[in-house]
Amino acid sequence: MRRYSAFAIVREGLKHHMGWERAWRSPEPKSRYDVVIVGAGGHGLATAYYLGKNFGITNVAILEKGWLGGGNTGRNTTIIRSNYLQDPSAAIYEKSRSLYETLSQELNYNVMFSPRGVMMLAQTQHEVRGYKRTAFANAIQGVKTEFVGPERVKALCPILNIDGPRYPVLGALWQARGGTARHDAVAWGYARACSEMGMDIIQQCEVTGIRQEGGRVTGVDTTKGEIGCDKLALVVAGHSGRLAEMAGFRLPIESVPLQALVSEPIKPCMDVVVMANTVHGYMSQSDKGEMVIGGGTDGYNAYTQRGSFQHVEETVRALVETFPIIGRLKMLRQWGGIVDMTGDRSPILSKTPVGGVYANCGWGTGGFKAIPGSGWAMAELVAKDAPGPLSSHFGLDRFRAGRFIDESVAAGVAH
Amino acid sequence: MSRRLTSGGRYIDRSAPQGFTFDGTTFEGYAGDTLASALLGAGVTLVGRSFKYHRPRGILAAGPEEPNALVALGPKERTEPNQRATTTELFDGLTARSQNRWPSLKHDVGALNQAVSKFLPAGFYYKTFIQPRHAWKHLFEPIIRRSAGLGPAPTHADPDEYEHLYDTADVLVAGGGVAGLTAALAAGRAGKRVLLVEQMPHWGGRLVTDALPDAKEEAGETVAALLSALEALPNVHLRTRTMCAGIYDHGYVLCHERVSDHAPAAGIPRHRLWKVRAGQIVVATGAIERPIAFPMNDLPGVMLAGAVRDYVECYGVTPGDTVVIVTNNDDAYRTALSLKAAGIAVPAVVDARGAADGALPAMARAAGIDVRTGQGVAKVLGKTGVEGVQLCAQGSAGEVTDTIACDAVAVSGGWSPAVNLWSHCGGKLRWREDAAWFEPDADKAPTGADGRAFVAVCGAANGRMGARDAATDAAGVGAAAAGGEVPGDLPGVPDAPEEAPLEPVWLMPADAQIEAREKMWLDFQNDVKVSDVELAAREGFESVEHTKRYTTLGMATDQGKTSNINGLAILAKALDEGVPQVGTTTFRPPWTPLSFGSIVGEAKGSAFQPLRRTPMDSWHEARGATWEPVGHWRRPYCYPRRAESAEEAVEREVLAVRNHVGILDASTLGKILVRGPDAGRFVDMLYTNMMSTLKPGRCRYGLMCSENGFLMDDGVVARIDEQTFLCHTTTGGADRIHAWMEDWLQCEWWDWKVHTVNLTEAWGQIAVAGPKARKVLESLGGMDLSAEALPFMGWADGTLGGFDVRVYRISFSGELSFEIAVRAGQARALWDRLVAAGDAHGMAPYGTEALHVLRAEKGFIMIGDESDGTVIPQDLGLDWAISKKKDDYLGKRAQARMHMTDAGRWRLVGLETLEGEVLPDGAYAVSNEKDEWGNTRTIGRVTSSYRSPTLNRGIAMALVEKGPERMGEVIDFPIPGADPIAARIVSPVFYDPEGEKQNV
Repeated sequence: MRRYSAFAIVREGLKHHMGWERAWRSPEPKSRYDVVIVGAGGHGLATAYYLGKNFGITNVAILEKGWLGGGNTGRNTTIIRSNYLQDPSAAIYEKSRSLYETLSQELNYNVMFSPRGVMMLAQTQHEVRGYKRTAFANAIQGVKTEFVGPERVKALCPILNIDGPRYPVLGALWQARGGTARHDAVAWGYARACSEMGMDIIQQCEVTGIRQEGGRVTGVDTTKGEIGCDKLALVVAGHSGRLAEMAGFRLPIESVPLQALVSEPIKPCMDVVVMANTVHGYMSQSDKGEMVIGGGTDGYNAYTQRGSFQHVEETVRALVETFPIIGRLKMLRQWGGIVDMTGDRSPILSKTPVGGVYANCGWGTGGFKAIPGSGWAMAELVAKDAPGPLSSHFGLDRFRAGRFIDESVAAGVAH
Repeated sequence: MSRRLTSGGRYIDRSAPQGFTFDGTTFEGYAGDTLASALLGAGVTLVGRSFKYHRPRGILAAGPEEPNALVALGPKERTEPNQRATTTELFDGLTARSQNRWPSLKHDVGALNQAVSKFLPAGFYYKTFIQPRHAWKHLFEPIIRRSAGLGPAPTHADPDEYEHLYDTADVLVAGGGVAGLTAALAAGRAGKRVLLVEQMPHWGGRLVTDALPDAKEEAGETVAALLSALEALPNVHLRTRTMCAGIYDHGYVLCHERVSDHAPAAGIPRHRLWKVRAGQIVVATGAIERPIAFPMNDLPGVMLAGAVRDYVECYGVTPGDTVVIVTNNDDAYRTALSLKAAGIAVPAVVDARGAADGALPAMARAAGIDVRTGQGVAKVLGKTGVEGVQLCAQGSAGEVTDTIACDAVAVSGGWSPAVNLWSHCGGKLRWREDAAWFEPDADKAPTGADGRAFVAVCGAANGRMGARDAATDAAGVGAAAAGGEVPGDLPGVPDAPEEAPLEPVWLMPADAQIEAREKMWLDFQNDVKVSDVELAAREGFESVEHTKRYTTLGMATDQGKTSNINGLAILAKALDEGVPQVGTTTFRPPWTPLSFGSIVGEAKGSAFQPLRRTPMDSWHEARGATWEPVGHWRRPYCYPRRAESAEEAVEREVLAVRNHVGILDASTLGKILVRGPDAGRFVDMLYTNMMSTLKPGRCRYGLMCSENGFLMDDGVVARIDEQTFLCHTTTGGADRIHAWMEDWLQCEWWDWKVHTVNLTEAWGQIAVAGPKARKVLESLGGMDLSAEALPFMGWADGTLGGFDVRVYRISFSGELSFEIAVRAGQARALWDRLVAAGDAHGMAPYGTEALHVLRAEKGFIMIGDESDGTVIPQDLGLDWAISKKKDDYLGKRAQARMHMTDAGRWRLVGLETLEGEVLPDGAYAVSNEKDEWGNTRTIGRVTSSYRSPTLNRGIAMALVEKGPERMGEVIDFPIPGADPIAARIVSPVFYDPEGEKQNV
């Protein structure tokens, strides 16, 4: 496959761009693969990529019932950070963040990782204590964060109102190396690299059944026929429960809508990502100029990829209070994604009761930031049939043992 | 050039001139103008720059579908970016600025992008700016960010007011054209409560404009008759300037009313957000005209044919002196006739179809207009405006056959039903091959909880384009929505000539070469061209969602209203598939952008969230309390005296309690009454403690855990009588715990005879704590408060100073302490009496921070400090509060799990720093080993840390691995950028370990 570069664009530009190849092939499925991955979102594609890259396993199919990257990968607010409190979380999210730093070069695809900094506001004494604690934990975990005072907050984001009448800003947890990336590009970049390695990305192919023999997976039934496999990775976020049901086990997952919205584009006025958990909202400005906004999850379980207006209202209120200058901007578009929530709000990267079947789900409201790290850890789990250090704490057995990894103290809001 | 006609324009009032400025130049328009019509009337055709290439942009449309004419409105403190000139009503004094250009609209440096546009195709940024790595953050991205964005960022908080209104309707009709008016009348006649909303200031939609000259008067009468019939019905409510923004589940509809945008001095809210719950929703949103992709179709002066006739007929404005019509359908001939009637030269109608034999073309020919069939546009000539068109055979590759000089082009590629509202809540579409549009599939309407459709669609939005057809459709749909019959006396709609079918033309000429396709715009605002969509298809972005995201087609502020169908068709052609196989992208709310101000409504500033105040709030305020938000409450953090720092105030307050007496407003504590024959059984399940054995008159400190065993709340439970318990919760936990109780009672133990009431706000609660507490209370006179009459952990009803009170002998400070509950309405009076009585005893009010210090000195845990959702009571040494006799309580089973009984768990201890300094909150203790990720292994953390005024040193509580087994051990807390702090593990009870002080 030809490499992307400025030179390639000039060369193609002179030929009216008629010579560009497909970014990924669109093959018919083969009768069997070493590994079948269900779900061509970021996590599924990254899993495939690192299976090939780290373990040389390339006889891989990634099945997607819709279009690749069309689930939560293409619906989130693109925030990347690793300022997590619990050690296992910090380990995988920091791995992910560090992979993001070089992802554009790694994939030869500009995913526009922008380490512009992520700021989590402390607006109550309780939050001040919580974020100071996180900063201490991060220092030991090798995650570079600091607790900064209100003046620094204002300097980093001048459009913030730090003297609001209800919740003045008391400080913030600042991760200078956090930021955003272009979400679609992450999926497309991985897809292109997987295709290049000879893997088959099969879109419009829904899994309808999981075949087993003697407690081991042998293949899947799909809308494009039966596909055999030695190993099966389920990476389908909010629909994990349904796939698990096909395989005959249950997952401790609930699916709820999470909404996001964007304003019309304006000239740059905000260089950092700001999360305000007390008032429930977060915002950044995309390279296109839109204010990208998110808030809490809906209070009920659902599979509809739209949400109720009430949460939009709550979120916009919070953000106009925090950033008064946005009051005259307009909401351009709102949408919803289905997030898969576990009991402790931490992901599942695990073997399952069925031999050769692995589950990667439960990323909840924060999955985008985890894509490279999740793929890295999942590839190891699938290739070795045993978890490595990044995934060992995220097994299903933790729910039985009560070994929860609860981040609620550090992440009281969706993100 | 564009100009005002000497007559005509039924929306404008020529006797009321209105001054306005655009980019600093003063112009004049008329009342009734839009900013767009006023600009055209003033000869301004260049109004903006496109997003990517900074191409010159003029006005394309006359309504909300406008992609180009976006301006920044208002003076600096009221800057509103990206406002559509086509829907902005003109008023005297309006100021508008063009956007996305520097230094000026005419001379825009960004236009240099055009010179290199061949190297900036769709998605070029994914393929470059990759190396070197740091250049993206420091070089490329800043440049891209600066050149992207459209309007200016506002610099001031919005000074205007907004409001929310709530309404219900049996039938809500969206759209006030002939279909909407008719549907509303049909529904209104059935007696149902009807709400009809129209986004524009005028009723009747296109009916009059689109009527032929001899039918215009009749059309006007039709609108008037419909309106007067509607106005006569008391059950019908009509609102103009009100946009139906979105349809949500269960008939929830959002409408946005522009109350005073057109008259800003009125001193009333700027926008109003209507939240309407509708039984049935009738979508009558009409249709949107599509442009045709031909080379240089983006030049200012190229306008939609329907819009041209709007400007001529509604505003008395012509886009040019010589206008060429380009079409693939009969409807555009109406524009030719309108222009001709207004005295504007129409040198040709360029019709891509092989023949144009319908009635409308015949009328055009009869009016002397040259109709050129089978022809297309090879190129539009001009740099910043139309100077002419080159024609070619539509079936050719673009060899020029003729050139016509003109200064405007009116283009029509046919119309598409405006199906957005239908689709918001899941309504499906079907492709009409003969008409080349997507229209609602009535069999797949959005359905409610009962499985029945709650959205219907009629008129042009339903694919019924002719006025009479639309009205007939609407009458049936409106009547059905109201469960009534179609009224027999509906006003007649003038007949219109039969139109010949259009011929789908997405590309002009049909065999245009790539050089030409690179100059054909689909999405005008985002600069997406035919060649971009083809490139996406070539590169495998075959899904319509992929194409949209890769090219940004339809992602601009107009959300693709004029570009989606054309883009789909081009994509389908590139993929060699049918349009329906390619499908549409998802339609999302809102229909047009919705101001954040209106979403916020009144809830801003101090009214941003409800503020809960205790009965003593004004006293605290007067005493100069600094506040701490806790939930929606505000509580005094401390009461600094003149020149006193917060730290000094807290120390003084703590010492006052320890040495004399202090008074605390504890009214915010949750107070939930649990009552019923099964109340004992219920509280036994909720709390880890045995509560059912508590005797009336006694209190017990209790713990509540989640099903996973984690500590979630604590508080004192008082048994009132055999069937009644009063459960105190934390301030922040009251609502959550009440909901938790109800969750169990309603979903799991629905047969238990228990009810709960949240009485938090019904009672004021005052804590009087300190060695002299009893003396203070006794000085008020009343009930016996002796240790014998009211022992520790007892409560009694009685009177104090004439107030009916309930007094609890409980202590969160370790001192002799009484908590006095009194009806909320009397709380302030009692407080004042107590404060006055306390003066003689050196009593001081104390706030939440002193409370925290006092409890920490005593080793009492605080929910949220010692607990964080991962801590079980056993970790905190609270085994004594966990009943061993009960079969079950919430969390019991979870606490038996392997990890919960692990001997290595972190458990509560006290810490004393070796030097007496204060440990930072949240600091972690480390061992000298590494963990599995290669980091230093942590063995504990500080959960609370204070300077103790009583002990005059730093004290801390901490969770430490096997902590209680390591008493006396010294552990290290690394501090980034400083030396580690060493601390000795000690008992967490720093003060009065025997509890002698509180039990006197």
